[in-house]
Amino acid sequence: MTESTSPSFDGLEVGQVVAEREVALTRDTLVRYAGASGDFNPIHYNDVIAEEVGLPGVIAHGMLTMGVGASVVEEWAGAGNVSDYQVRFTRPIPVPNPGEARVQVSAKIGALDEERRTARVDLTVEFDGAKVLGKAQAVVDCE
Amino acid sequence: MPVNADAVGRSYGPFEPYEVTRVKIREFADAVDAYSGAHRDVAVAQAEGFHDLVAPTTFAVVIAQKAEFHVVTDPEVGVDFSMVVHGEERFTHVRPLVAGDVIYTTVHIDSIKQRAGISMVTTRAELTDADGAPVSTVTSTLAVRESA
Repeated sequence: MTESTSPSFDGLEVGQVVAEREVALTRDTLVRYAGASGDFNPIHYNDVIAEEVGLPGVIAHGMLTMGVGASVVEEWAGAGNVSDYQVRFTRPIPVPNPGEARVQVSAKIGALDEERRTARVDLTVEFDGAKVLGKAQAVVDCE
Repeated sequence: MPVNADAVGRSYGPFEPYEVTRVKIREFADAVDAYSGAHRDVAVAQAEGFHDLVAPTTFAVVIAQKAEFHVVTDPEVGVDFSMVVHGEERFTHVRPLVAGDVIYTTVHIDSIKQRAGISMVTTRAELTDADGAPVSTVTSTLAVRESA
């Protein structure tokens, strides 16, 4: 007997916020993501190299921001229920040392597909009052 | 030197298969703050209908980026990796990745668009399991600035 974790389609409404979270990104977070993902581009841990290529300093991996966004959706959708997820990286997130970059993530229902019983979840991810991801959309399989 | 636009249509792989492990799933889940027990506890994952730990939504990037590495290091494509910024990313999953999966990946260069000193290089990694069944498609667009 298995218990599905996918959310119920009935009762969902476009515009409904399904999950929200504030995430603090630090150099520790970046190093941890580098190790977990295998993305060792030095712009994500070395200030000298980041500045040499014209960045304000070390920036977060875009894929870390995207991954955290997915985790916020999953918190509502359950693990393994996101069938499609896309983002555009529109602004880098500089991560100071010492200190942290606080990122606000909000997930709301953007569209509902009655036939497939899927929900499109639109993510808003903001740092310093500006959006860092564009067209951030996840498709969730519902019950 | 700009990226070689004639590289569109090239394919790379399949490479040595990637084995999805419980350890790597837990490590990745920790790194992206994915809290579900189905990423950590086999009993929880099985109770939810998976035969082993289920990977977070963007885990497939670990596999896809290994394959994309062959594109960005191909001298005939001509990407200067120090000038690369990530533009777009998309995952389309036929099913979630789970621990124990053995994944074969082929990567294709789908488009190269050039304007104002920037090349937008779009690759598509196709992930299939040991039976040859499709698992995920990972599409990635890199913005490559022209080096001086």
